[in-house]
Amino acid sequence: MRFIEEKIFKVLMLLATLVVFALVGNIIYTIVSRGLPALNWDMITKLPSGGFYIGGEGGVLNAIVGSLYIVGASTLLGLAISIPVVFYLNVYLSKTSKLAYISRLSFDILFGIPSIVYGAFAFSIMIYFGLRTSLGGGVLVITLLIIPIFIRSIDEVARQLPKELLDASYSLGSTKLETITLVVRQIAPGIATATLLSVGRAIGDAAGVMFTAGFSDSIPTSLTQPAATLPLSVFFQLSSPSADVQDRAYASALLLTIIVLILSVLGRFLSSRFSKNRIK
Amino acid sequence: MPTLSYYRILKDKVAGGIMLFLTIASILLVIAMAFGLYFKSAPIFESNSLWDLIFSSQWKPGQGKFGFLPFIVGTLWITILAVIFALPIALLTAVFLTEHSKSYIKKWVFPALDILAGLPSVVYGVWGVLLIVPWISEKLAPHFVEFSTGYTTLAGGIVLGVMILPLLVSLFIEIFSVVPKELRDASLSLGANKWETTKYIVLRKSRSGIFAAIVLAVSRALGETIAVLMVCGNLPQIPHSLFDACYPLPALIANNYGEMLSIPLYEAALMLAALLLFVVVLLFYAGSRIVLHQIEHK
Repeated sequence: MRFIEEKIFKVLMLLATLVVFALVGNIIYTIVSRGLPALNWDMITKLPSGGFYIGGEGGVLNAIVGSLYIVGASTLLGLAISIPVVFYLNVYLSKTSKLAYISRLSFDILFGIPSIVYGAFAFSIMIYFGLRTSLGGGVLVITLLIIPIFIRSIDEVARQLPKELLDASYSLGSTKLETITLVVRQIAPGIATATLLSVGRAIGDAAGVMFTAGFSDSIPTSLTQPAATLPLSVFFQLSSPSADVQDRAYASALLLTIIVLILSVLGRFLSSRFSKNRIK
Repeated sequence: MPTLSYYRILKDKVAGGIMLFLTIASILLVIAMAFGLYFKSAPIFESNSLWDLIFSSQWKPGQGKFGFLPFIVGTLWITILAVIFALPIALLTAVFLTEHSKSYIKKWVFPALDILAGLPSVVYGVWGVLLIVPWISEKLAPHFVEFSTGYTTLAGGIVLGVMILPLLVSLFIEIFSVVPKELRDASLSLGANKWETTKYIVLRKSRSGIFAAIVLAVSRALGETIAVLMVCGNLPQIPHSLFDACYPLPALIANNYGEMLSIPLYEAALMLAALLLFVVVLLFYAGSRIVLHQIEHK
């Protein structure tokens, strides 16, 4: 009896693991098989023409460029804020510091807050200041969204910094600030994986930018113009009644999936590559 | 005359101040969000009590009636369904990976989980529309009800379940690996087989961790917007069966932000929806993080 029970559960476990594989395979297969036939150069290189959403000519270049602008700018901003914060938490504050505990907890909470709430919050601030949906607003909300991801995943690596390493640097006469060059080199793999992780989340986020970046059929030329993003483009094309346009939505979803998959592979590669300077 | 080291120390102090400011500003963001959302939703409390708002199912923004019950029930339904679907698979997979599998299996499973975790939610939505919705409408629903479009509570639950699966598995693996190996060895040496060891030692020892992980996954599921919005049907009604359409809170916010400025109090109502989500997620997240933190540092 006992052994039958064990056998049954072993089979169930194997099945559950296979379900995970089946789901991954199924999702990717579905997206590829429906998206690939509709994917062509026009999709990637052309802006939507007048009747694009009822079946007219064109592509989703506006959304691709808009997503790249937003993701690029917010990743740079996010890094510029996160690295100093992680540095402060790990070098300036002691391991038992209350402030460090509270701020780690609040980054955990910020990490958990849904992007739609970020979007609503940012939107109400923008209304308060009389701003309209714009590229700048999108960058702002995505930056807020990815800072917790940056800080959490870089911090995870930075916490394992050996204290002796910092002591060695101080004993040679450097100030805490000057130790940053050493710390950055040590946490480089963390920064690389964190960047890819947050780029992945930033490019896939739809709920936050829906409120703040808006949507437009042209490429924005300044921070105050609305910008299209890929996920929203998928969403709007899919809600069109025309089957042609829906096919293009699948193609755009495929584009998005390919970008995310490349990022994920790159992440695994980089995190092993950047580890060469690490002292374990 | 200031020396070279004076400047270096000054620079150190200034940089420290700036970093402290950035750190504190991030903490303040949580508080700012709570207050911001509260002040934006405050006007609605002048004409409606909180009790009415939460327990009334009259949703007529044009007449100033804002009953959130259908949306709250819809959100709860799909979240519970998602946990029901994802929990057994996640538990079994995590046990398999930590207790039974060789490292070459992990080499294949972890990237697969990474992919699941990394896919944008709109892609899940497309998958749901292409596969789950037609499947429910053509294959499953005819056995139970006369007609269903497929855009149902059930579809939302399934898609959401797949989305929280990778999070649950990775949290469970983390929790199981904290259980000391000696405990397992002791149980095995007493003659228990591997499954009994798992059942009586590993799972029992990590009960609080499993609970915290579920709460964490639930709070992630509560805020999921675009995928759910695409498959749920979005009718402001209380779903009576799994084959009825539902309308979760995040979908409500996302669908109506455009027109909310033209109807009085509508903005306040939507901000209240955001505030509700914020408060629930905040409590769930903070609670489960504190529990998980204690488990890891025991």
